[in-house]
Amino acid sequence: MPATSFIVNGKKHTVDLPSEMPLLWVLRDVLGLTGTKFGCGIAQCGACTVHMNGEAIRSCITVVASCEGKSVTTIEGLSANSSHPLQRAWIELDVPQCGYCQSGQLMSAAALLNEKPKPTDRDIDDYMSGHFCRCGTYSRIRSAIHLAAARAKP
Amino acid sequence: MNTQVTEATLNRREFLKVSSAAGTGLLLGFYLPASTFFPTLEPATAPFEPNAWLRIDPTGAITVTVGKSEMGQGVATSLPMIVAEELEADWKEIRFEFAQAHPNKYGSQGTGGSSSVRGSYERLRKAGAAAKEMLVAAAAKKWSVDANECYAEKSTVIHRQSGRKLTYGELAEAASKLPVPESPTLKDPKNFKIIGTRVKKLDTPSKVNGTAVYGIDVRVPGMLFATIARCPVFGGKVKSYDATKAKQVSGVKEVVQIDEGIAVIATNTWAAIQGREVLNITWDEGPHANQNSDSIWKLFEETAAKPGTIEKSVGDPVSALASAAVTLEARYYAPLVAHATMEPMNCTAHVKTDECIIWVPSQTPQRAQTEAARITGLPVEKVTVHLTQLGGGFGRRLQADYVMEAVKVSKAVNAPVQVVWTRDDDMMHDFYRPCTFSVFKAGLDKVGNLIAWTHRVVGPSSKGLVVSAAVPEYEIPHYTLDYHILETGVPIGAWRSVGPSQNIWLLESFVDECAAAAGKDPLEFRLNLLKENPRMQGVLRMAAEKAGWGKPLPKGMARGIACGEDFGTAVAEVAEVSLDDRGYPQVHRIVAAVDCGQYINPDTIEAQMEGAIVYGLTAALYGEITIEKGRVQQTNFDTYPLMRIDEMPKVEVHLMKSTAPMGGIGEPGLPPAAPAVCNALFALTGKRVRRLPIRLEDLANGG
Repeated sequence: MPATSFIVNGKKHTVDLPSEMPLLWVLRDVLGLTGTKFGCGIAQCGACTVHMNGEAIRSCITVVASCEGKSVTTIEGLSANSSHPLQRAWIELDVPQCGYCQSGQLMSAAALLNEKPKPTDRDIDDYMSGHFCRCGTYSRIRSAIHLAAARAKP
Repeated sequence: MNTQVTEATLNRREFLKVSSAAGTGLLLGFYLPASTFFPTLEPATAPFEPNAWLRIDPTGAITVTVGKSEMGQGVATSLPMIVAEELEADWKEIRFEFAQAHPNKYGSQGTGGSSSVRGSYERLRKAGAAAKEMLVAAAAKKWSVDANECYAEKSTVIHRQSGRKLTYGELAEAASKLPVPESPTLKDPKNFKIIGTRVKKLDTPSKVNGTAVYGIDVRVPGMLFATIARCPVFGGKVKSYDATKAKQVSGVKEVVQIDEGIAVIATNTWAAIQGREVLNITWDEGPHANQNSDSIWKLFEETAAKPGTIEKSVGDPVSALASAAVTLEARYYAPLVAHATMEPMNCTAHVKTDECIIWVPSQTPQRAQTEAARITGLPVEKVTVHLTQLGGGFGRRLQADYVMEAVKVSKAVNAPVQVVWTRDDDMMHDFYRPCTFSVFKAGLDKVGNLIAWTHRVVGPSSKGLVVSAAVPEYEIPHYTLDYHILETGVPIGAWRSVGPSQNIWLLESFVDECAAAAGKDPLEFRLNLLKENPRMQGVLRMAAEKAGWGKPLPKGMARGIACGEDFGTAVAEVAEVSLDDRGYPQVHRIVAAVDCGQYINPDTIEAQMEGAIVYGLTAALYGEITIEKGRVQQTNFDTYPLMRIDEMPKVEVHLMKSTAPMGGIGEPGLPPAAPAVCNALFALTGKRVRRLPIRLEDLANGG
């Protein structure tokens, strides 16, 4: 079990874990960052989405060995004080119902806005269709992404 | 089906009791015996009634204890809104906390049947009003004035003549020493300031930054994580097992056998999953090892040839059918479907020698408490149940199977343990919506009036789950419903909207067939059968008008309509559909009209309608659990897909101004969604969908 060093939300961690252990469980059960959720374990639902070096990835199929030297951002590190424009839009439009999928939805939406600051509905469909929301908050997710995009500085 | 809680029924059972929490402020408790409020569920459902407390701290913070489970339907906000309204509280001061399970202190804490708000409404109003009167009395006493000279506003009591003010925080301790008024005066609803407004949910901030705690997020010092290998065949048991390899997995601490299977206990969830993978288990697969979906349908079809138990009979349908100018017959298949909550089942338990502590996302925390007491042998008062946020409920979390497992595992290893279900576990060991087979016959007279309707339904295990809401609201002179209930070995349970979820699809599809056979407009046909039901007529007309019913649509698109009345709420929906290049249905828009009577938060109504429609459409488009050799064949979202954002139709919700008694809102939006879509597909293709989910071949070859 070689030690793996990587950065999570700006803080360096070195862990000594089986190399094939998914990042999801390292975050949740070892580092105590439970905001990232387990939904399916096979990259079908998007609940476990985090950023690795700025890109949205599914932490349930990302083995810890592949995190060496990388920088990971979870929902806990998306912003200080829930100040990310998406988090503010999510609160303003009261997007979540049960809320379980929303960490993953927000992390993907944040990556989308990094790539496309003014996404079209089609862009949102393409980028966000890897996420399930069993409560059916899809319309509000779409509206909140547009709202956050509209407020972003050009 | 019209399950309502009236003020009168609550008043009889209700009394307020105050207890003073020394020096900490005003504490109002409610002691409500359970009632048989939701009788159609069996046997999983205990009686459902709500409970709440309110606490005002000297700092002015007002905490409303929510005696219901929050699973996205918004009770952690809507219940406090009711209290705050009558309390004349400043909403900014309102906090909430979930009640721990208690056998009777809070009444029934079960959350289901779209009952939380309507079942709590009057008593929470009285709670707030009683507290307000005590605060006013406390201020009047301090000022040595008559209470009638004082009024409350924004958490402050004001003396009208002098303008003197005291805040609720300042008055809390004094108020706690006063008697509780038995019949506090309630506000005239036209003076409501909070109820009926778009209040943002109190827990949303915690759901956008990862701080909301779901069951799976519970972390306790020294806790371990467990997975359980359960027999893939329903009713099967462990014959023998070898855990040698499992124990060699890094992180695995113990392997133990419990009634439900073999538990692998580890220092983290992943190790517990890995350890389970290499368990070597021989199963005794039990009596259902050869069960499969085809044999269940065949059994149902054969059974339907025989008369069943009569549920309802009106007139003489046999003679009426014989004399009808036009008769039609249709057979409908509603499949098993899974709940698939986004948060898989899980429970954390710590069984000690003299107490048991549970942290659980449950719709029935009291059931968790009694089951834990039974398993541990501890008295109920030694079992503490902490309720967490629920990552979806939809009826699945009315069950306590996953709680019992956690208690047994913790007891076996003498440590706090979180039992986590993987998605496969969750999909393969659900309590599914029942599969049912229906045979309908109908007769029309010479001018196309519906004069006779017979319906025979065959379904599994529970009459309540199979038959509830199977009697249409339509006025039909000659009618029968009879049923057969058979055992299949497949566990079934309440699934969001319960009986109506499949039965409204059946009824609204078949009535659409009757309208087509009569050559009449589906809306007009329904309205003519609802002359005694102005409420349903109202939502039908509203949905039709808002959707532009009868107006032309672009080529390749069509509309369908459906309605239903359940959980005290009437809903009609119009769907607009087309077919894509593959011939697969695309739902573009759902226009819904809702009559739920008095409501608390219109934003919640819209959200619940949207959510219910997505849940219903997902089942219509994708939902089917199949059985092969006694096993569920679907294991994860790759074989049990859900609707995604790119398939989300535009949903418009129109709220009827209504004087009807308060209805529920978590479920009634669901049942009309599937039939509205299927009826639109008929209008578009001439093909009638008589089995779900909707299949390409049925749209191509149906009739």
